[in-house]
Amino acid sequence: MLEIPEKIREAVVAHAQSGFPLEVCGILGGNDGTVASHYPMTNTDASNEHFMMEPKEQFAVVKALRAGGEQMLAIYHSHPESPARPSPEDIRLALTPNVCHLIVSLSDRDNPVAKAFRISDGAVEPVELKFLHPTI
Amino acid sequence: MNLTVNGKPASIAADDAISVSNLLETLQVAQREYVTVELNGDILDRDGFDAATVRDGDTVEFLYFMGGGSL
Repeated sequence: MLEIPEKIREAVVAHAQSGFPLEVCGILGGNDGTVASHYPMTNTDASNEHFMMEPKEQFAVVKALRAGGEQMLAIYHSHPESPARPSPEDIRLALTPNVCHLIVSLSDRDNPVAKAFRISDGAVEPVELKFLHPTI
Repeated sequence: MNLTVNGKPASIAADDAISVSNLLETLQVAQREYVTVELNGDILDRDGFDAATVRDGDTVEFLYFMGGGSL
């Protein structure tokens, strides 16, 4: 299971919406399956159909996570016009071990859909998502 | 040879220097063609992995490409 605070879910969806019609990407950090930090990244492909993170930003985020005692929990990206499921390219390029892949679909822009997966050696497994709402 | 690799101390069985390619091989990094390497704060060109030299005390970071697509 991947637990995401509602505020971070909203920020990820807002990132996807603001980048439309291009794909956006980013990294979520935290511990024990609970997300605590959100790092929007540059899509160097600047494409509607592909994303590639900027290496310099990747290194900076990895170091920031380490300094904060967090792990990389998820890599996210948007699918501006297709469903929230890993494409063959997503599966082929899912190289980072031990992370979830969160995909935000904007195929219905008024109703974004987020789904998470674990992808390893070409095998795709859905991951349950839980959005954490602040307690009053 | 003692290095810092991805933020952790690492002891490598090499006397003086080792190429980045050999280091990745020694560390048994899979799918090395998809790896980006930073040596002492500088991101290396992939073409330079054979020529770039890692020495005792160096700091090495490596990570995989993070990319994909919707098609």
